Amino acid sequence: MSTISFAKAINMALHQAMETDPTVICYGLGADDPKGIFGTTLGLPGAFGPERVFDMPTSENAMTGIGIGAALNGLRPVMTHQRLDFALLSMDQLVNNASKWRFMFGGKRGVPLTVRMIIGRGWGQGPTHSQNLQSMFAQVPGLKVVMPSTAEDAKGLLLASIFDNDPVIFLEHRWLHNLKTNALNDDKTIRLGEARTLREGDAATIVSMSYMTIEALHAVDFLKNHGVKCDLIDLRTVRPIDWDSIEKSVKKTGKLLVLDTASLTGSLSGEIVAKVTKDCWTDLQAPPERLAMPDFPEATSPALTENYHVRAEHIVARVSEMVKLEIDTTPLAKSRTHPHDVPGDWFSGPF
Amino acid sequence: MSIDTQLELLRRIKRIRHVEEEIARRYPEGKMRCPTHLSIGQEGVAAAVGLALSKDDLAVSGHRAHAHYLGKGGSLQAMLAEIYGKATGCCSGKGGSMHLIDEDVGFMGSTAIVAGTVPVGVGLAYGIKLKKHKQVSCVFHGDAVVEAGVFFESVNFAVLKNLPVLFVCENNLYSVYSPLSVRQPPGRSIADMVKGLGISSQSSDGNDASSVYQITLDAIGKIRAGQGPQFLEFSTYRWREHCGPFYDNDIGYRTEEEFNDWKAKDPLTRLRSTLEENGALNSSLENKIDKEIHLEVEAAFQFAEDSDFPEASEAYTDLYAPAITDGASA
Repeated sequence: MSTISFAKAINMALHQAMETDPTVICYGLGADDPKGIFGTTLGLPGAFGPERVFDMPTSENAMTGIGIGAALNGLRPVMTHQRLDFALLSMDQLVNNASKWRFMFGGKRGVPLTVRMIIGRGWGQGPTHSQNLQSMFAQVPGLKVVMPSTAEDAKGLLLASIFDNDPVIFLEHRWLHNLKTNALNDDKTIRLGEARTLREGDAATIVSMSYMTIEALHAVDFLKNHGVKCDLIDLRTVRPIDWDSIEKSVKKTGKLLVLDTASLTGSLSGEIVAKVTKDCWTDLQAPPERLAMPDFPEATSPALTENYHVRAEHIVARVSEMVKLEIDTTPLAKSRTHPHDVPGDWFSGPF
Repeated sequence: MSIDTQLELLRRIKRIRHVEEEIARRYPEGKMRCPTHLSIGQEGVAAAVGLALSKDDLAVSGHRAHAHYLGKGGSLQAMLAEIYGKATGCCSGKGGSMHLIDEDVGFMGSTAIVAGTVPVGVGLAYGIKLKKHKQVSCVFHGDAVVEAGVFFESVNFAVLKNLPVLFVCENNLYSVYSPLSVRQPPGRSIADMVKGLGISSQSSDGNDASSVYQITLDAIGKIRAGQGPQFLEFSTYRWREHCGPFYDNDIGYRTEEEFNDWKAKDPLTRLRSTLEENGALNSSLENKIDKEIHLEVEAAFQFAEDSDFPEASEAYTDLYAPAITDGASA
């Protein structure tokens, strides 16, 4: 069976959306440059022309507002930022205009704008190129926030985001771009707000998002070999959250571990733990647990990121505490052959 | 301009060039594990502006800051150690190539988000004004910065308050791989546009380091005389890829012909030729300069390589100021 990368899946979704609907436009710094935003926009300029696919001035806030206006006038813009951190320049337009338009004008019109933001990590991306700010966006009523983990989901969710009638923040983790999955069903869109259960078991519920899901998959498979079978729920959309899937699973397992790619304090993992604690109080057999990043920016030096991120072995260790079973995680850590600050041997910097 | 000044300018350009060439040569070893943006080809501006500013003057810059940092007098050892992620780096390993600082020489910081430090530089100038100091605050930036709203907002305030700010725009025609043609309308002069905000503004050749020095010196003189902020646009060109050590003319965003045209305008060759023609530079003097630079750069790389990585626990420090204990004053 042929396989396809996460980046290629994004590229396919963009091609498909633009073919299906002539109102879809695609822009951002470097959208039509030779690198095509890590390959995700390659081929679009040739196929759809410079009016629908274009580079832009280094004017993030204005270009977001222009996307909002275009969306209000019948277009479906897809704007892309090579790093989430650059999108912070557009918070005014996202928060004060895009998210509120439908509500504050009594439902007259909504903003079908999709904003892709890429999250960096490792290789010295450092404090301003590696921020995971999904909870900040998810805190704003009116925005939807999508965080796919697999190539298949990336494609289906991006299509759903583009054809959604409200503003969607679409967060792509840089460490997922080169991960491959099986060939995709071309027509499949995935409804926003639906989680996906990737592994099933009754020992504990693990709720995860974006790149953390990849570490979780390694952990869950390792745990299974030790007789501990867990539910692994990949959220896919973090606003709205699929509470039904989480609740159903926790009622079965009685134990919850939430994995978040962001800093712990104020994170979505806190929100999930809060709601599960209230709604599943009598089902819980142990306090809900969280694994997230420290409440510090990511430093640049590789010496300072070695223990900064949550890896599969940490997940295994936490689950084994929760189920009160001693499991040696050494083999799991040893199975990784590439340096800790890159997603794989293929990565040699500088991006 | 005196021959000594021109020789000093040459020495500074050569030093920056050599450091950057060495970074490019060693980067593939995988020890400098951070995004790195080189200024090879555009050193004339950094060297000349750095020489025109005094040590007390302040400066901020963006992601391509190595040359500005060195031009302003920043520590070569601390910069290289920072790029290597070492504890001896100018940000203790926390910032890397895109975030440089050396407050001892007035280099107040450089950050990675385009236009992020423009208002910061204006704020520094506001502090200078309130303290009634004679310093200048220099904001190094590229052509893409004038597309950012915060640039206009910052210049407006600088003009409104008559602040001692020097905006130095290095127009190298590209924002990553996006040429000016996809970002600004044809025929526009950045300097003319900015002039519309009421700031004294001019543009000139950034690869003629002697002229950059003279123009900058004049602008600084006006600022110190209380004539308010000045905007200088210098045209120049980056030879290597946007981020990383290699050449990238093969990927198709710019032509080999354009690259060669600009390479022929090399600020280093140009200044050296002038000095040779004037009889101020001969091969023995040049060899002496080159040897000094070579030894210094070699030692700085050795320092960076030999330095220790920060302790792992340092990842969790510096978030806030130390707590103020009872009895101690802030």
